[in-house]
Amino acid sequence: MIALEILAIIILTPLVGGLLTGADRVISARMQGRKGPPVLQPFYDVFKLFQKESIEVNTMHRFYVYISIIFVIFTVIIVLLGGDVLLAVFALTLGSIFFVLGGYASNSPYSLIGSERELLQMMSYEPMLLLASLGLYYVNNSFYIKDIISGDTPAILFLPGIFAGFVFILTFKLRKSPVDLSMSHHGHQEIVKGITTEYSGKDLAIIEITHWYETVLVLAFVYIFFAVKDPVSHVWAVLACVVVYFLEILVDNGSARVKWQLALKSSWIVTGIVGAVNLVVISLFR
Amino acid sequence: MSWIAALILFPALASVLLFVIRKDRLRNAVCWGSSLITAALSVWVTYRYFGMGVSFSFPGEGAIDSFMMAVEVLAAAYIIFVGIKNKKYLICLFAAIQTPLMLWFELTRAHESGAAAGIVFDKLSAIMVLVIGVIGSLICIYAVGYMRGYHIHHEDYKERKAFFFSILFVFLSAMFGLVLSNKLTWLHFCWELTTLCSFFLIGYTQTPQAKNNAFRALAINLGGGLAFAAGIVFLGLRFNISALSEFIAMKPETVVLVPVILLCIAALTKSAQLPFSSWLLGAMVAPTPTSALLHSSTMVKAGVYLVIRLTPLLGSSAAGKTVTLIGGITFLATSLLAISQSDAKKILAYSTIANLGLIVTCASVGTQEALWAAILLLIFHAISKSLLFLAVGSIEHQIGSRNVEDMDILMRVSRKLSIYMLIGIAGMFLAPFGMLISKWAAMKAFIDSDNILIIIMLVYGSSATLFYWTKWMGKLISNANRKAEGHHTFHITEEVPIFVQAALTVAACFCFPVVSRYAIMPYLSGLFGGSAAMPIGTNDVNIMLIMLSMLLLLPLGFFSIYKNDHRRIVPVYMGGENAGDNKAFNGALGKTRKLELRNWYMEKYFGSAKLTYWSDTLCAAILCVSVIMLVLGVMGL
Repeated sequence: MIALEILAIIILTPLVGGLLTGADRVISARMQGRKGPPVLQPFYDVFKLFQKESIEVNTMHRFYVYISIIFVIFTVIIVLLGGDVLLAVFALTLGSIFFVLGGYASNSPYSLIGSERELLQMMSYEPMLLLASLGLYYVNNSFYIKDIISGDTPAILFLPGIFAGFVFILTFKLRKSPVDLSMSHHGHQEIVKGITTEYSGKDLAIIEITHWYETVLVLAFVYIFFAVKDPVSHVWAVLACVVVYFLEILVDNGSARVKWQLALKSSWIVTGIVGAVNLVVISLFR
Repeated sequence: MSWIAALILFPALASVLLFVIRKDRLRNAVCWGSSLITAALSVWVTYRYFGMGVSFSFPGEGAIDSFMMAVEVLAAAYIIFVGIKNKKYLICLFAAIQTPLMLWFELTRAHESGAAAGIVFDKLSAIMVLVIGVIGSLICIYAVGYMRGYHIHHEDYKERKAFFFSILFVFLSAMFGLVLSNKLTWLHFCWELTTLCSFFLIGYTQTPQAKNNAFRALAINLGGGLAFAAGIVFLGLRFNISALSEFIAMKPETVVLVPVILLCIAALTKSAQLPFSSWLLGAMVAPTPTSALLHSSTMVKAGVYLVIRLTPLLGSSAAGKTVTLIGGITFLATSLLAISQSDAKKILAYSTIANLGLIVTCASVGTQEALWAAILLLIFHAISKSLLFLAVGSIEHQIGSRNVEDMDILMRVSRKLSIYMLIGIAGMFLAPFGMLISKWAAMKAFIDSDNILIIIMLVYGSSATLFYWTKWMGKLISNANRKAEGHHTFHITEEVPIFVQAALTVAACFCFPVVSRYAIMPYLSGLFGGSAAMPIGTNDVNIMLIMLSMLLLLPLGFFSIYKNDHRRIVPVYMGGENAGDNKAFNGALGKTRKLELRNWYMEKYFGSAKLTYWSDTLCAAILCVSVIMLVLGVMGL
């Protein structure tokens, strides 16, 4: 049974993620006054990439991409099976670190810049990610997602600040402008192709699929903040995910890339203010 | 009982032997042998007394006391002598106050009080004995091979190997004494002995810088020792207490907090917490085995050991809050500082201070979970850090530099060393390795005890940790594809300890539930009463172990994929200006330029000057305020 569930998660998650990305492209196009591609375009792209010749600059750098996707899938399984939220953050970090190491392994100037920036982004969002998991534990007395979403009151009521901070750093994780420093889907503000410069064909397709998994993963985090025992709350949770995703698209299209200094400072300051204040306030009422 | 005496005395005996042997070959053999025997003894003693623990007093403690006093007087005389000779009057002052104070106390008061056992061996001592015995011995074995190369690379330093090896073993002996003594005066004696040993080891090369740093280490640690002595005298005079176990059993009232804070100051100096951390950073001028020993299994671990022992008195008391805060700030500040460093040893030093800060914080929070995390951190840190130091020492001999930026060629010079290095780094911060497991437990413990401020510092510090370790890993792997060049080999006495420690780093992650169940849990339930539960659930531990297995097995799985998927190799992208190979490009004015790839250090944000100043000041202020508050509180009584 559990094996079937895991199999379903592995297969269905990228389908959802791909569709979300497709929707993103359509909405973005409408915001820019274009018609945009079909919703299934991301899938066409990935299939096409799989048929292309995969060239590489050395034999090692693709290795990290595959390890990275394995750990991201691992994280998705932990989260969707209702596992430990903090453990999920650690596993996700492991996956991201392998992705960064892939950029280093390419040993190419543009990849390296991408890697350094990706690392900087990780350093920017990691405090908030950890605080969010700890905050969820603080109000629910359990790190297990299945316990958190079967409580009586949604976590958002206790953790509005942390949720706001989390949405802020979501922009990093979804690789949206203005903080898409390491790799961007906006060609006009990218240094060559950032961390993915030296990847092509199958490897690039894998990176794209990893991103689909990650998209679902971060939206699942949003979901956790709203869902409780009451089945109606799950509708609200889905709605919240849709709203947050739309907001991210809006920000993505409405802003130009910032410098790394501002990215780091802003996310650390936001984390420090909303995260810390929120936790302190809760601690007073315990 | 006799085995415990043997454990403490054997390294001392070995050190005498090493000092008198003048033939290099023979001395190396003796060093090998004594290291192995020390390790074996520590394992045997642990095995033998582990189940029930043991506590006893030596017959003829008076003679031991007299012997210690004699050594103390000699040491003080020596310290005052070199202090005056080198115009370092502060250490003279410390020694001149401390030793007469202790002598007076021991001669007049000490023997009157206490029927408590002189030696106590419990589960915590067992863990410490194993850490010191096994890791320490491995470092001594490594020193044999390292020092051979050291004097080839540094011909200008005077060769004093006999002295060096003998001090290493005195150090081990003192550490064994320190973790086994229950009598405070003995504990203090061993404490001061480690200070003196570290002074000798840091000053080994006798360059002006080495001397200067050695004196700084001596001054700071003697200052801590003075606080320790004052605490002992206070305890003896006011409460008639002379044993650690009696002290811990007291209630944390205001007056009791005076010796607590004095001992904590001693512990903070020894474990290099802000504002006392400069001595540990300076200690890296010494040969690598010294740094490895100071940073991993001995010296700094003595400081955190004392805090762990004092846990019942810390907790929510004012002294506990102070120490927690200082530990937290130390963790955050030094983690950030490490980002701007490119000298490998310096990064390791900052990381040591940061992790000690975390251990101090965990131990002083005073809850059961937090103490669990502290002890586990201590074990994992000792193993990984010693591996990293030893590897960096060998790397320095191989590539002639210990700058992280130069390590991109390491894969071609020595693939093995790179892999050991990667294991060590992974052990320091990556899930599912040891340090992360303990950090995880620490986070849970802090939030359970409502320490929000500490949590905030911890999450920022952890993110910084991730940054500086990953960029180092990146440098190490960036040339993994190139064929190995050259035929560098490193000596077997260097390789064996490094290999064993790499294996231990991985094995410790698999074994920690066992360590937790049979050593840490019994210790905690003895201390807090009731049955202890592991902070991390079995489910999560299993998932961690699955991750670890994946990390170990996945690289193997890729061999088959690689075999069947050969691809076209192209040059890296350099805007179309590649100059033939991947090492150069066509720059402006048609000049061919070498491609250099550098990591980010963000000096402006994480540079050491400002950050050190402010964090030192902050910690010093916190310490001063709490001391003043305490004095006022005591006077008010």
